[in-house]
Amino acid sequence: MPIGGRKQPPTAVELEHATVTSPLSGREWELPGMWNRMFEQRVEWDFTTEGFEKIGSLEGGESLEWCYGCGKCVPVCPVDLVGEYGPRKIHRKVQTGLDLFTSDDLWLCTTCMNCLRVCPKEVDMVKVMPAVREVAVAEGQVPGELADVFEKTFRYGNALGENPRRRHAWTRDAGVDVRVLASDPRPVDVLFYVEDYWSYHPRGMQAARSFARVATALGVDFAILGPEEKTIGDSQRLAGEKGLFEALMEDVVATLDRYEFQRIVTPDPHGFNALVKEYPKRGHRYDVLHYTQLLAPLVDRIEWRKELDCTVTFHDPCYLGRHNGEYDAPRTLLRAIPGVRLVEMGRCRENGYCCGGGGGGMWLDGLTANHTSERLSERRVREAVESGADVLAVCCPYEVSRFEDGAKSTGNDQLQVRDIIELVDEAMGGGGG
Amino acid sequence: MRIVVAVKQIPDLVEELELTADGTDVDRELLKMVVNEFDDQALEEGLCLKEAGDAELVVVALDEPDVDQTLHAALAKGADAAIKLTGALTGWIDSHRRAALLASWLSGQSFDLVLTGVQAADDLDGQLPGLLGAQLEVPHISVAVRVEAEDGMAKVWQELAGGTVVVDEVRLPAVIGVQAARQAPRYVSISRIRQAQQSGGITEVEVQAAELGTEQFALRRLVAPEAAGHAEMLAGGAGEVADRIVELLRAKGLVRS
Amino acid sequence: MGNDVLVLAEHRNGRLSDVTFELVGKARELADRGGGRVLAVLLGETSLAHELGVADVVLCSEDPAVATYNAQAYERAMVHVVERQQPRLVLTSTTTVGMDVSTALSVHWPAPLASYVVDVRRDGEDLAVTCRAYGGKLLAEVALTGPRAICAVIAGCFPAADGRSEVAGRSEVAGQVELLDLEGVFDGLGVSVAQVVEPEKGDVDITAADLLVSVGRGIGSRENLEVVQELADALGAPLAASRPLIDQGWLPKARQVGKSGLTVRPKVYLALGISGAPEHLEGMQHAETVIACNTDPKAPIFDVATYGTTVDLFDLTDELVKRVQE
Ligand SMILES: Cc1cc2nc3c(=O)[nH]c(=O)nc-3n(C[C@H](O)[C@H](O)[C@H](O)COP(=O)(O)OP(=O)(O)OC[C@H]3O[C@@H](n4cnc5c(N)ncnc54)[C@H](O)[C@@H]3O)c2cc1C
Ligand code: SF4
Ligand code: SF4
Repeated sequence: MPIGGRKQPPTAVELEHATVTSPLSGREWELPGMWNRMFEQRVEWDFTTEGFEKIGSLEGGESLEWCYGCGKCVPVCPVDLVGEYGPRKIHRKVQTGLDLFTSDDLWLCTTCMNCLRVCPKEVDMVKVMPAVREVAVAEGQVPGELADVFEKTFRYGNALGENPRRRHAWTRDAGVDVRVLASDPRPVDVLFYVEDYWSYHPRGMQAARSFARVATALGVDFAILGPEEKTIGDSQRLAGEKGLFEALMEDVVATLDRYEFQRIVTPDPHGFNALVKEYPKRGHRYDVLHYTQLLAPLVDRIEWRKELDCTVTFHDPCYLGRHNGEYDAPRTLLRAIPGVRLVEMGRCRENGYCCGGGGGGMWLDGLTANHTSERLSERRVREAVESGADVLAVCCPYEVSRFEDGAKSTGNDQLQVRDIIELVDEAMGGGGG
Repeated sequence: MRIVVAVKQIPDLVEELELTADGTDVDRELLKMVVNEFDDQALEEGLCLKEAGDAELVVVALDEPDVDQTLHAALAKGADAAIKLTGALTGWIDSHRRAALLASWLSGQSFDLVLTGVQAADDLDGQLPGLLGAQLEVPHISVAVRVEAEDGMAKVWQELAGGTVVVDEVRLPAVIGVQAARQAPRYVSISRIRQAQQSGGITEVEVQAAELGTEQFALRRLVAPEAAGHAEMLAGGAGEVADRIVELLRAKGLVRS
Repeated sequence: MGNDVLVLAEHRNGRLSDVTFELVGKARELADRGGGRVLAVLLGETSLAHELGVADVVLCSEDPAVATYNAQAYERAMVHVVERQQPRLVLTSTTTVGMDVSTALSVHWPAPLASYVVDVRRDGEDLAVTCRAYGGKLLAEVALTGPRAICAVIAGCFPAADGRSEVAGRSEVAGQVELLDLEGVFDGLGVSVAQVVEPEKGDVDITAADLLVSVGRGIGSRENLEVVQELADALGAPLAASRPLIDQGWLPKARQVGKSGLTVRPKVYLALGISGAPEHLEGMQHAETVIACNTDPKAPIFDVATYGTTVDLFDLTDELVKRVQE
């Protein structure tokens, strides 16, 4: 794979012209291209099955082998747009001897699921990659930046390595009271699962405060776990740390068992995904909503106080949209905000582009940079600018920091990156920040 | 060859350190304890040594809060045995006493190399490697950045101020204070740590240490340095600010006066 | 009981290190108060003894065993000297040499030891000592009781000028240099020095530097990098940067500080035109001292900086270069 993600020109496997010597008569035959195809090594002959045997034997790794090379997946793969990637390319590389377990290619997939959407053979990288990564991680073959995040998550229960006792520090400046269950364990309707980036990242904390104000104004009965909260760790799972995910799940479930609540609401599509899809597999069932799903049905009750007057485009988070089919709740909220003109980017909804943060990509910035011509987030920022928007609206906690950074580095400082909840809050006359 | 790696727990500095009512110790009730980062380096160097040759690696620690997790991680990484020294151990254990406890256990053991972290965040009465080496009356070397060993001799790369490295030949047994392993400490997956947890593997040994002359070291109290929180803004124009900065650098010995 | 204060001198490349002068200066102050002498032990480079005029006696040895730093030989020599001189207090630094020697002395002499010392005072018969603890998050107040003690002192805590003879107004030492008789002291050494490797010049390891000059997008364009490089060169410090500069290809990846770069812990981190994004702070907030220059008084870098200024970074750089090059 070329450094900087330049595209490789295709190499021809047919000869223009060949000379073949007859083993019987010793005579030489001149053959034109059309004919000599059958004498050249064909794609089907130069492969090894070893790689597929190793990968296919892993639970979840079976489907890589099913690829029949139709190539539909490559143009929709967000990584291929800035480099050389996609299931078909990985399939071909493994076929010709790549050891995926030790290759950087193992870490580039963001598990965005766009390939699975179009693949006729249901080659499922969202299962293949974590399965292979799990083996690599167990063998200690894990990029340093990612290992660091695993260690922090294990030690502190959050990916940022922040003090667990400061998990609810953001509530202090929210301007409304936020109930913490540890100190007030009465039953509650909504358990607000804040997750890491809204708890600790300065930009995420602003969004968390916005949520608290909006939910309070709408009379939602909610509370948080505060210092008892630990990350669900779904991205850590997809990055290959299944053991960590399971250890976290034990703790999370034990904590949840102590309180009475009707449903869980979270701003993090990754945590949402695990609660909806992974927890039930182990018998833990909860009623779970993304925060946009909680608020969308309530829009009619919102009292708007301010017109925003801006053109907004929306970035579908892979784990809310493609993975869990929710495209409308965020748009319902955006459309309801007075003065917001919603425009779509070319890649949206089912074909939404990936911000690069999923599947551990959030913590592999250094490694990914060596294989791509630009960051996925930068690419996406440029698409947002092309759509004519002044605001790029998001509803996944990973994205604000990624896109703000992308806006700076692509020289598009004028593009504002806002979480939907911040826009709602501002239009309701809240602190707006 | 038998390598012993001594590891210890220190308060996690990510957290705010709160003090006990009498101010002589950090409030251990509230603290999270984690492995000393330099001990992690020592363990890595030990594992590299083990992999390079034929060696047995034993980790040893005092019975301190959360130490089991550290020992299980070491086992998961490839240590052959984990020893936990028990006794009435509470509160802050100074380095002299720590060295005495380890020495009393080591004196009943055969060992070629003791590796341990060069320093720790709470070794106010001196660093463990030198104290332990002196108590055992064997050579000791601090600030090692690489160790190789064979036939009763070790080669130790010792880093001095300014980055100069002296390569020492050291007769074994010896105690080495490791600053950095030859490679970053390896990652061990959580599943492996959990496996190690489930299969036990920690041996407890009760120790009694000879009393040592540390009674003349009295920790009166701990205090927080003047509150940080926001930078002290330097007043004046660029010239005056530059004067202050040069002064600051000079005080730290970073520019020639 | 003596009232002498004994200092272990350290030297490198034929020069006494600053910390030696810092210790000698402090020793002078303590000895003068208690009516004792200042003794300096100088192993290896006897020719440097004349720079230690602030001490009353310089005890030297040119024994081949201590020609280059040998941990065990130094330790034995110091134990030998200290047992004969029985000073009230021994001062070493907390460098490699200081760590090796202070701990061994504490066991063999024996005497109580305080390490990471930032201040020593007399307190009646005792010594009152302040130590840096828990990565600088706390200070420990320690009393060293009993007739003798050892302090391992952090470099940079006392003014070096107090220990330099030319500044302190003391003339060259005459007749006070004594050669040590170390006959037999080095018999059966278990440590020998096989090789001395000087650090390679040219390749930059920003994690190993005591002083870092770090720049961010505030410098505006690549051309401006030269100005900052000049400052870094003048200070003898490597140049580090925030990620955007690395992304632009202005500096190699090995200079990137932060989450997706390197974590650094220099004594001083001079941040020029860096806003202090959390991803950047992650890599440098444990520096001992952070000095930040940013025209925006609200920049988050000021929340972790020790000192800050809102002057323009180019003005500041110019002024600094002028002063340092003088
Ligand atoms: C996953 C991820 C990983 C990341 N990893 C890293 C990382 O490892 N390291 C890293 O550094 N960043 C990292 N970032 C990027 C980080 O978010 C910031 O974008 C970046 O640190 C900003 O760099 P900066 O401070 O140089 O630029 P800016 O934020 O643009 O700051 C420039 C500053 O210069 C000041 N300024 C302008 N002119 C002057 C002048 N004349 N004099 C003085 N001051 C002036 C301005 O006030 C401003 O505060 C990462 C981001 C993500 C999303
Ligand atoms: S879409 Fe499926 S079958 Fe087609 S090339 Fe991609 S992985 Fe193979
Ligand atoms: S899941 Fe996404 S990133 Fe991974 S291969 Fe498929 S399309 Fe590419």
